[in-house]
Parts: sequence; structure tokens; C-alpha cells
Amino acid sequence: MSLRDNDGHQFGRLPATDDEREVAGRPSRASVVDYWAERYGIPRATWEAYSFWERGSGKIWAFRGELDSPARIQGLGIPILRTDGEHWKPRTNAVQRFGRLATDCVIDLSAGEAEAFLAGHDQDLPRWDGDWGYLIVAHELAGEREPVGVGLYLHGELRSQMPKGRQRDL
Amino acid sequence: MDDPLARYEPLLDDYAAFRAACDRPLPQVVRVNTLKTSVERADAALEAAPVEHDSVGWHDGLFEIDGKPGNTWPYVHGWLYGQEEVSAIPAAVCDPAPGERVFDPCAAPGSKTTHLAALMDDEGLLVANDSNLGRLSALRSNAERCGLTNVAVTKSDARNFSLKPFPGEFDRAVVDVPCSCEGTVRKNPDALDEWTLDHVEGVASVQKGILDRAIEVTRPGGTVVYSTCTFVPEENEAVLDHALAEYDVALVEYDLPLETRPGVTEWNGEEFDPSVRAAKRVYPHLNDTGGFFCAKLTVGA
Ligand SMILES: C[S@@+](CC[C@H](N)C(=O)[O-])C[C@H]1O[C@@H](n2cnc3c(N)ncnc32)[C@H](O)[C@@H]1O
Repeated sequence: MSLRDNDGHQFGRLPATDDEREVAGRPSRASVVDYWAERYGIPRATWEAYSFWERGSGKIWAFRGELDSPARIQGLGIPILRTDGEHWKPRTNAVQRFGRLATDCVIDLSAGEAEAFLAGHDQDLPRWDGDWGYLIVAHELAGEREPVGVGLYLHGELRSQMPKGRQRDL
Repeated sequence: MDDPLARYEPLLDDYAAFRAACDRPLPQVVRVNTLKTSVERADAALEAAPVEHDSVGWHDGLFEIDGKPGNTWPYVHGWLYGQEEVSAIPAAVCDPAPGERVFDPCAAPGSKTTHLAALMDDEGLLVANDSNLGRLSALRSNAERCGLTNVAVTKSDARNFSLKPFPGEFDRAVVDVPCSCEGTVRKNPDALDEWTLDHVEGVASVQKGILDRAIEVTRPGGTVVYSTCTFVPEENEAVLDHALAEYDVALVEYDLPLETRPGVTEWNGEEFDPSVRAAKRVYPHLNDTGGFFCAKLTVGA
């Protein structure tokens, strides 16, 4: 079977499994659900009411509901993941929306560290002894843990991945 | 026209108070996004920031704040949406339930969309449309920051909105049309500089087209809310009068815990369907807000 090319302007549904793939390089629904469960501990049931879509190579969106023909659609739920890099990368807004369900790969920052992260700064944080790679970065707000965004942890350093437009100097 | 607001002297028994209120700056208001947090936690986070804030009595989770909300933790987390107080009216009047199908044909930048999604608890289908690409990108970023996952964003002229991607009708619609924006003069003192009767007539014809299409795609028994931020009867009661004549729809009374005036049934020698009295006019001096107009219609009633 030959695979179609990805049309960067249209939303295309993720296949249920890798075996049902029709578009080159498109990840499956099962692999996306597994990713959030295996790396971050987000329960698989979280996604039961969601359909998953790709627009542009490797940009994955989650939409609560179903849609027959996604032609002429500008947005469908929220972007949750990028799968075009060497490692899959969660998106800031997805982490803010679903990150509270995570049990693994969540790093808790102090007030000062969280402000530096939000401003887009990288910082040395040797105390982290969990996995390297993309972490959910959280702090405490109004008495509870609240996820802020995504950090890349390598060699004792936490690199802020806050998108430029979401960075703030508080 | 030099002074468009002077047209309303015959409609108002307290015209001087109306004019004085229009000249005062407007307090900044935020609405708590209950998809991401509770009113109590948002309150605590504003307290901790610290940002001075006061609850706006008539609507749960509306706070008047001191300064701009953008540079605070609760805003960063998508817990707050900065808007005018009166912008909370249409979604509250529409009152969608989780699981329903809701249409927002003039959605950008998203104050009503994000409010509707919160009332729907992010369940069901919310279609947010706008014709302006730049404003759509603001809508998308607001919807994403607020964590809306049940929203489909479309770009089209709402007068010709196509149901093709969404087979089936809508249960409710909030038709928050483009208008002459007179009611925003407290926020934006230049709002009236471009005012001409020609512009009013042009925009009124767009408003009619958008309301018509929203009625057509709403199921019998469904609800359509029509709103503007202007006092102009040509853009308000006259548009409703047109819809009442063309479609099987009825204006319905609704409760709103704000001081309002009923829709006007006579203007410049024209008479409107008497049921337009069920619409509500919000003048700035009545509740110290911006100006607004909101009507609730039932389809096929
Ligand atoms: C009053 S504003 C909407 C405000 C928005 N509902 C909110 O609460 O943030 C009117 C919007 O209608 C859009 N618009 C103007 N003409 C339109 C048309 N023919 N079809 C769809 N949208 C239109 C404008 O781009 C503008 O964003």
C-alpha cells in the first residue's frame, strides 16, 4: 500500500492503530494515548470522548467530539503534541489543560523558579532525579499544584519551552 | 454626524446621566474561566498576586480589577478572560447545557465563545465562526489558552454559513454581530468618530443576513440570542422586527439581574413589532457599565 502525502492545510484524522495508517508519518490514536499514559501517567480514559487530528506535519490536535468532514476548519479543539521531532513534545496549552492528571515527569518549581521559567529562562536544577527529556513544569497556585508549561530537562538544566507569546515577566 | 448620542434624548428620562456616564472611563473586568479553575481559586490567586479585585454582584465569577490582568499567574493559566462586564450577558442569556450544539457566528476574539464553552462544561459542539482572519487568530489563541476542546473554529461569512462539516442543526446560537459600537465609547472614546447613517444602514443589512442564517440553522424550539454593543435602533429592534416578519420566531422575556430598559417599539416614525419590548437595553448610567442590547428568540415557537 502506498501512503498519501500530508496536506498541511487540512485536518486529517489519526488512524486508530499504526497498521491502519494511510498518510505517511502520521502517528496513530493508540500511540498518542499510550504516550501520555506511559510517560506522564495520564489515564487512557481521559481521551475516550476525543478524536485526534493532524494538521501540518506532526501537529496533533485533540477535539472533544466527532466530525465527518473537517474541510475548511481553522481549529479543532487544542493542539496537544508535536510528533515531528526526534522526541515527541507536549504543547503548552495541552499541559495546562490535562497536566493536572499527570503522575510522572512533573517537576515542581518554587515561586522564583516558576517566574524564571515563565520568563523563558533556562536554569540549573540538579535536584531532579527523574527522566530526562520533556517534563511538565508545575508550581503551586492557590493551594494546589498547577501545570504551567513544558520544560526540556538535560544534564541538570531545565530549559523553558514557554512559547514566545506566552512568556511573561511578572 | 457630530453627536450621534444626541439621537437618544427622546428615549431617555435621565438623558444627562446617560451623557455623563458615557464620558467616564470604564472599569476593567475579568471573567473566571471555570473550565480551568473555580471562582474561589481564581479569587485566591488574584489575592496572592496581589491584584485588587471586587466581585461584580450580578454574575458569578466576574471581577472588577485594578489595572490590566495580563501579567498575573491566573491569567497565564487561562483562569481569567479580560472583557467588558456587559459581554457576559449573551452567553448567560443563551444558557447552553453540556452536550448541546451551539453556534457562535461572529465569535472573534472570543469572550462569548469561552463563556459558552464554560457553561457547556466543554461538552457538546461549539462552532465558533468569524470572517476576519486576523481576529480568528486572536480567537484561537484565547480558546487555546482557556483550554476549550469542544470548539471547532471556522472562517466564513456568517450570512452563508455552511452546515456541511456539522450535519444537523444547532440547539442554540449567540449572534453577537458587528455593529456601530456606540456602547463601547467609555472604553474607546474614538468609537463614534466614524459614525454615519450610511454605515449604520450598511451594517444593519449585514446584521439581518447573519441573524437570518443563524435562525435557519437552529432547530425548532431552539434559542437564538441576538446582541450588539450599540444603542442604534436601526441595528437592534429594526433587525428583530425584520426577523419576526421573515421567520417563524418569537421574542421571549428573560431575567437579567441588571437594571435595563425594554426594546423600543417606535423610532423615527417607524413602528416595530410590539414584542421587541422583551429585548433589553443596557445604558451606561444604569449599572455603571458599557452600553449593550440583548434579545432572546425562540425558533418555531
Ligand atoms: C462584536 S464582534 C464579536 C465579538 C465576539 N463575539 C466576542 O465576544 O469576543 C463582531 C465580529 O463579527 C465579525 N464579522 C463581521 N462581519 C461578519 C460576517 N459577515 N460574517 C462573520 N463574521 C463577521 C467581525 O470580524 C467581528 O469579529
